[in-house]
Amino acid sequence: MDMGTFRGIITLLTLISFLGIVWWAYSKRRKKDFDEAAHLPFADDELPNRDNRVSNGEADTRHADSRKDKGDNNA
Amino acid sequence: MSTALEHPTYNYKVVRQFAIMTVVWGIVGMTLGVTIAAQMVWPELNLGLPWTSFGRLRPLHTNSVIFAFGGSALFATSYYVVQRTCQTRLFSDKLAAFTFWGWQAVILSAAISLPLGYTTSKEYAELEWPIDILLAAVWISYAVVFLGTIKIRKTSHVYVANWFFAAFILTVAVLHIVNSAEVPISGMKSYSIYAGAVDAMVQWWYGHNAVGFFLTAGFLGMMYYFVPKQAERPIYSYRLSIVHFWALITIYMWAGPHHLHYTALPDWAQSLGMIMSIILLAPSWGGMINGMMTLSGAWHKLRTDPTLRFLVVALSFYGMSTFEGPMMAVKTVNALSHYTDWTIGHVHAGALGWVAMITIGSIYHLLPRLYGQTEMFSVKLIAVHFWLATIGTVLYIAAMWVNGILQGLMWRAVNADGTLMYTFIEAVEASHPGYVVRWVGGVFWVTGMLIMAFNSYMTIKRRESIGQPIPQAA
Repeated sequence: MDMGTFRGIITLLTLISFLGIVWWAYSKRRKKDFDEAAHLPFADDELPNRDNRVSNGEADTRHADSRKDKGDNNA
Repeated sequence: MSTALEHPTYNYKVVRQFAIMTVVWGIVGMTLGVTIAAQMVWPELNLGLPWTSFGRLRPLHTNSVIFAFGGSALFATSYYVVQRTCQTRLFSDKLAAFTFWGWQAVILSAAISLPLGYTTSKEYAELEWPIDILLAAVWISYAVVFLGTIKIRKTSHVYVANWFFAAFILTVAVLHIVNSAEVPISGMKSYSIYAGAVDAMVQWWYGHNAVGFFLTAGFLGMMYYFVPKQAERPIYSYRLSIVHFWALITIYMWAGPHHLHYTALPDWAQSLGMIMSIILLAPSWGGMINGMMTLSGAWHKLRTDPTLRFLVVALSFYGMSTFEGPMMAVKTVNALSHYTDWTIGHVHAGALGWVAMITIGSIYHLLPRLYGQTEMFSVKLIAVHFWLATIGTVLYIAAMWVNGILQGLMWRAVNADGTLMYTFIEAVEASHPGYVVRWVGGVFWVTGMLIMAFNSYMTIKRRESIGQPIPQAA
């Protein structure tokens, strides 16, 4: 096989894999999964005790031990 | 730090440490940059000493802004994002602590060895072999902590930001180990195992992928988390982000040869590097558009939220420099731009405009949250920082464009008899005003970083007065 044919085949394989990725990413079957994944940055805000919101008074009802000035000992 | 709350689920301690060091190393690295920029204007500032000469401080500047400032920012944000989007604690607290202290040890070794003149002479890989080994150990631990955390995730999906972070971590490990393959001949001296044009090609395969993976993929990971968070809406197109990811990491690998146009590198390799660099525009802009469009319907937030402004302007500079890069990779353009200040300007459009701005925006988002708050001490000071950074960047890159084109034209100008029209020193003299403007731009940047340090200090300090009502930020 000469170099030109080899390059042609490589180019073709690259094009096919690119189109494959696009087809996979934009297929209808993946839509639900991707919508879920896209909301992941916000998902843990809705869970209780995930974020240290202490700017309002009522958030202090949780984790009494963690509020003591005992330092951050999770090293 | 002693009063910091322990988070019920996440390891925030290591994130806090890296976030604070991001600000500290940012100030150190940019002050070094301003120092060597001043040396270009007033050469006497090298003090006549070897340790403070331009040739030794310049690699210290690049190492401290890329690896100390940028690296700490990447550690901080990747540890924060992977925990929050996987809803689990870091895989190993001990190993995470090792990455922090190990990384700081690498930076300190660089700060000592580079001014003393120890260097491999490979750009962005100047550190000598014992430090290279420590760096490899830290980096592999980082990969274990990050990928281990993804493995123990409580969510079913791996969020796209983590894909970018993981690609950045794995690729940098490979790049560092391959490019740093060297034969030690004494405690602090080694020779690369590669020779000649192969050495040059390996170096710029490393060098350009350091840009592509360390300074791009890693910071795109930041973008995919912090832009949606700060804009309070999910990414414009998750599908586009998948295509963006695979296209970007596939194509970046091949762009390195554009650093070696018109050298001993085989011509076909130069052309391949040029063509791949031009193709790279497509995934780069795909990612930029994805980030920008996330703001559709939320553009009004830019008026009141300077943190979001940092993130969006970072994307604009990213779009600009990923257009400029492919253009400069075209051989005929490169014939004018190479070895001139245009290259320095292009690098800083990316480094200040994109990398530093997306980092600063991300830190302003996560720092208050790490200390149980929702807002920085002063939003007004964020706005001041934003304008200092934006004006500083524009001054810097505009000065370098003018200087670069001026130098390129003067160097290539020939008289009718074929002799050079200008001596080299005439081009240096003509560059003087540009060097002054560049230095002013740098001073703007350092001033902004000092304001950020004050704002961060006050935010952390305010944390100690918990229980009292928190004053409403302006």
